[in-house]
Amino acid sequence: MLVLKRPLVLLSLVLLMLVGMQSVLAKQAVPMSEDPEMEAIVNEISEELRCLVCQNQTIADSNAELAVDLKNQVRDMVKAGKTQDDIVDYMVERYGDFVRYRPPVKPSTYMLWVGPFILLIVGITLLMRNLGKRKKNTTDAPLSDEESQKLKSILDANLVVTKVKNEAEGTQS
Amino acid sequence: MVRFSIPLVIFIVLAGFLYAGLSLKPREVPSPFINKSAPDFQLQKLDNMNELFSNKELLGKVWLLNVWASWCVACRQEHPLLVNMARNGTVPIYGLNYKDVPTQARRWLEEHGNPYALSIVDYEGKVGIDYGVYGVPETFIIDREGMIRHKVIGPLTRTELRKCVLPVIEVLEKSEPVNVVALSEVRESCSS
Repeated sequence: MLVLKRPLVLLSLVLLMLVGMQSVLAKQAVPMSEDPEMEAIVNEISEELRCLVCQNQTIADSNAELAVDLKNQVRDMVKAGKTQDDIVDYMVERYGDFVRYRPPVKPSTYMLWVGPFILLIVGITLLMRNLGKRKKNTTDAPLSDEESQKLKSILDANLVVTKVKNEAEGTQS
Repeated sequence: MVRFSIPLVIFIVLAGFLYAGLSLKPREVPSPFINKSAPDFQLQKLDNMNELFSNKELLGKVWLLNVWASWCVACRQEHPLLVNMARNGTVPIYGLNYKDVPTQARRWLEEHGNPYALSIVDYEGKVGIDYGVYGVPETFIIDREGMIRHKVIGPLTRTELRKCVLPVIEVLEKSEPVNVVALSEVRESCSS
């Protein structure tokens, strides 16, 4: 009975999750404008803009009220024939560089862009140096008689164990 | 000795960064508008929707633009301070009633007191976007030439008022043209 109960619980959980997901999907699928081509452009631009309220989302992802307003603003500007650069500039003028989801490359953000690569290079150099050191410390030496004896006995013992195991399995089946 | 000092140095540097991070406010996006002209607007007055009001009418005055709404809970927190300021007559406070229903806004002012020389209606939030508003309340300090000189994000507090807002207003009122050095000194001391 217990075995049967668990899958049932799991199944109902999965079903619950699916139902939940569907309601989320249904919410996001609200059509925004009649022209799908323009909507695609609006979405593309919205992907570049950060939602100021929920800071780790783009305004395309966010359903915060301000994000919706900003998306409407983007839509109005696209309708008026503004280019992506115009629109992003408009937002940066009002909300600062922070509104750009992809930070611009400029002196104050050099560290941000180059930093990871510097860290990578430092890491690789350190790793190489350590590996080199370790290689120097180890020497290839032949096993002594005692050592090879020991090795042989371990291998032999192992062989016997596998053999016995195989035989036992053979008789069972 | 060297073996132990390297991790120690790394730890100290990291701890330093983390400590500095404690006092950062990631929610506060610095306004790019500081020391730039306030965007122009022309909006309906809340108490008389047939009349329009433009920020150009305020040239020559130091004034506050306070973004508020009746649905904004944090606005209640700062409201008594604004009412008090209005009573003292420090500077005229103008309210930008942001994405609100005018009837509810008027009722809210009746209930909580009206510190505003005038409130204007930004029903769609377009002027809000123009001013880079991303949360309510926000307060802008604007000088005689119509330049934004300071911005407070979130509800005003007594400390903020005493340390930032009033000193900034004082500099703006006393110097003409604006003493930019004194202003940035005041702003720097209050942001810390």
